[in-house]
Amino acid sequence: MVKEKTKEKFYFNIFRICMLFTIFILGFILLYVIINGYKVINFRFLTTMWNHQDITQGGIFPAIFGSILLGIGISIISIPIGICTAIYISEYAKENYFTNMVKISIRNLAGVPSVVYGLFGLAFFVFLLNLGTSLIAASLTLGCMTLPWIITSSEESIKSVPNSFREASIALGATKWQTIKKVVVPSSLGGMLTGSILGISRAVGETAPIIMVGATFYISYLPTSPTDKFMALPYHLFILATQHSSPDAKAYALGTALVLISLTFIMNLGIFIIRYKLRKKKEW
Amino acid sequence: MMFLVKGLKINKEKIIINIFLIVSVTTILILLGIFLFLFFTGIKTFNEISFKEIFFGTDWNPTAYGEPSWGILSLLVGTLIVTLGALIFAIPLGIASSIYLAEIASPKTREFLKPTIEMIAGIPSVVLGLIGIFFLSPLIAGLFGLSNGLNGLIASFIVGIMILPTIISVSEDVLISLPKEFNEASLALGATKWQTIKMTLIPAALSGIGGAIMLGLGRAVGETMAVLMVAGNSRGMPTSILDPVRPITANIAIEIKEVVSGSLHYEALFLLGLILFVITFCVNVISEIIINKQTKKYKW
Amino acid sequence: MKNSTKFIGGIFIILFIGFIWMGFNNSKGDVTGNIISENKDLKVSDQNNKIEIKGSDTIVQLVSNLAEDFSKNNPDTKISVTGGGSGTGIAALLNGEIDLADSSRSIEQKELDLAREKSLDVKEVIIARDMLSVIVNKDNKVDRLTIEELSKIYKGEIKNWNEVGGKDQKITLYGRQSTSGTYTFFLEHVVKGEYSENMRNLEGNQAIFEAVKQDKGGMGYIGIGYLKEGLKNENNKIKAVDVSYDGKDYFSPLDESKINDYPISRGLFQYTKMKPVKGTELYDFIQFELSEQGQKIVEDSGFVKIANSDKQKNNDVLG
Repeated sequence: MVKEKTKEKFYFNIFRICMLFTIFILGFILLYVIINGYKVINFRFLTTMWNHQDITQGGIFPAIFGSILLGIGISIISIPIGICTAIYISEYAKENYFTNMVKISIRNLAGVPSVVYGLFGLAFFVFLLNLGTSLIAASLTLGCMTLPWIITSSEESIKSVPNSFREASIALGATKWQTIKKVVVPSSLGGMLTGSILGISRAVGETAPIIMVGATFYISYLPTSPTDKFMALPYHLFILATQHSSPDAKAYALGTALVLISLTFIMNLGIFIIRYKLRKKKEW
Repeated sequence: MMFLVKGLKINKEKIIINIFLIVSVTTILILLGIFLFLFFTGIKTFNEISFKEIFFGTDWNPTAYGEPSWGILSLLVGTLIVTLGALIFAIPLGIASSIYLAEIASPKTREFLKPTIEMIAGIPSVVLGLIGIFFLSPLIAGLFGLSNGLNGLIASFIVGIMILPTIISVSEDVLISLPKEFNEASLALGATKWQTIKMTLIPAALSGIGGAIMLGLGRAVGETMAVLMVAGNSRGMPTSILDPVRPITANIAIEIKEVVSGSLHYEALFLLGLILFVITFCVNVISEIIINKQTKKYKW
Repeated sequence: MKNSTKFIGGIFIILFIGFIWMGFNNSKGDVTGNIISENKDLKVSDQNNKIEIKGSDTIVQLVSNLAEDFSKNNPDTKISVTGGGSGTGIAALLNGEIDLADSSRSIEQKELDLAREKSLDVKEVIIARDMLSVIVNKDNKVDRLTIEELSKIYKGEIKNWNEVGGKDQKITLYGRQSTSGTYTFFLEHVVKGEYSENMRNLEGNQAIFEAVKQDKGGMGYIGIGYLKEGLKNENNKIKAVDVSYDGKDYFSPLDESKINDYPISRGLFQYTKMKPVKGTELYDFIQFELSEQGQKIVEDSGFVKIANSDKQKNNDVLG
């Protein structure tokens, strides 16, 4: 028995070390980016236009602006449609082989690589629909990429609302739509929102699709219409790392990385807060 | 009056249902249309290049000085090396961590650690690629005495980091969802916690963990940016993990910028995209089936 | 209700598949692999105040610098500049997506034929000159090579530095992607054969610079703008190799008095869809690039000003 106990201690310590190593990796990544990037961050960096000839004079504001616009565009396109589709699939569609296939397909589309969505976006939005490489083409492409994710997480959220809620509502005389509107949606809203924000934050960090359908190296103006070109944080980061010859480029790349991670972090924090508040409200 | 109101109500229902229906059907069609698009564009490649040349050729050189060649084997091997390397790194680390999370950590620790691990998943792959170029690459070059650090090894390592959160959280979910009775019965019989884990819990969770690994594999196959920045991207067939590799994803991202819409090169890249789509889709479906089997088995 | 659902769904599916099928059958392919879909109308992207530029990564920074300066005096003009490689730029120009294509190689005959088919009257302007530099790590003994040796090295026939006078060390080759005009130019003018399959294909000039900096056995090729910029800052990591045609006279890319003798010098071009019209923003921008101020930016960016013969050619085009 003593031998068993020591064996257990041994293995448990190994597992502990593994977990620590995993956390260490995360910590290292964050520290590396923060330490190397923070020197570059100041008010000017965040709010001025990009100065190409002397990058120390300018800032990454156009990239931040572009990424935010992109995020908004993706949200407008994918969140309402995604939630509608999730509601239909969960509440209205008959439970048959066909709908099951559809559900499985959508769930697995979420796992398809972003390059593939980029190819689709290029062929469909940029060429076929003649939108050119623009903000709208990029929003649509990344919107398609985020849709399966939003649909799946909303669907799970809706599924987790107990049937007793629905039954009680119908027993009180409400129609199906009223039940959905007043009972199901409010209960599952938190989950749907967190899933959506998670999906959007993933999309805003994607580089491969926007290389193909939109982002530019330099623009002299801020995008104001959906057909404008735009700069975006991930792409800006990429070119600072591989194509810029300025000696400050490395530091600026890391500064941009810090901004990007912070943006993602803020969104994730939002999710965390929503989840926490919800857990308090949830009774079941 | 009641009658009228009731009539209106029913109509509103119908309208709403139809709106939902139309939106959903359009969405589903667009999503499924992605596959159709890839398929119809990609298969046009076979009009001009033989099946054999594509799937059995080893040299991908569409812009050759002489005759272009379209063999995808070196690209497939590249993807394979990076994926396997990533799994070798992430599986032991991931499963060990998930066991720790599920069975050993206190609930408070778990509350703290779970979101922390999710954060790794949230780091964009360009950022990891950046750290790869600036920090890891020279490090690995020094460690292995290589003249440079752009090869399959570093790509595998970075992709491994990226799939770690997937493996950890899915495995942990599987372990947690095992009925408590398993734990209790085993301990009641006198086993230590470790014996319980080793001989009861892990075997019970095996298929679920398998599913988690498959999900990780799917993600590894699809990773583009980090790989693009550190893998070296040479055309030649890699012979060891220390050779530069050119996975399918990186190849598509690199070459898509120069192709003219409708050209043979364009169609060939879509074929690559199709292959990628099919691989990841199948891997994900298989993993879902495995995990479902797992949950069905132990639904008490 | 059930039936009408099926009916609607069915119609959607038929329409959708038909739509997609139509989309594909509109593009025709051909063996040379460079055809564009006929169905697309040329986008009139020269709405008077937008200039969209795409193409060579070698000069993307230069053109961005020029665009930036131009914008200061012409704030109403909206300019966007993107890289992707000379191939990307020319393809986009032919597709009608952009106004100006940057290219570090001259346009190919088949691309010109394509342009003619699309009723485009492509014009070429030369905005700078480049001395394509071959770089090696500072630790490398080798500091001069002939074109012949360069070709053999990049073909993979010479594999070790000791074959060309260096120490016993494997040569690691770095090059660009096939989208790059630099890749193509080097291939056609120096290598004149197939690149070695062991060459690492990197994303941009800077990536090659970084790689050779760290790799004692490395060799790469970059535009002179990047070389000068790099030497300014960390000049004890890399050096440029002197090149010779015949093994007798070697020239350094940094020697500006020998621009005409340096074996790997090239023009850096921009292409338009048609002759630039006086009074348009595009015309003004091109004139700016060729002006004293613009050419100063060219020099500051590390490249070489255009020669008088180039000026003559440009004048013929611009009228």
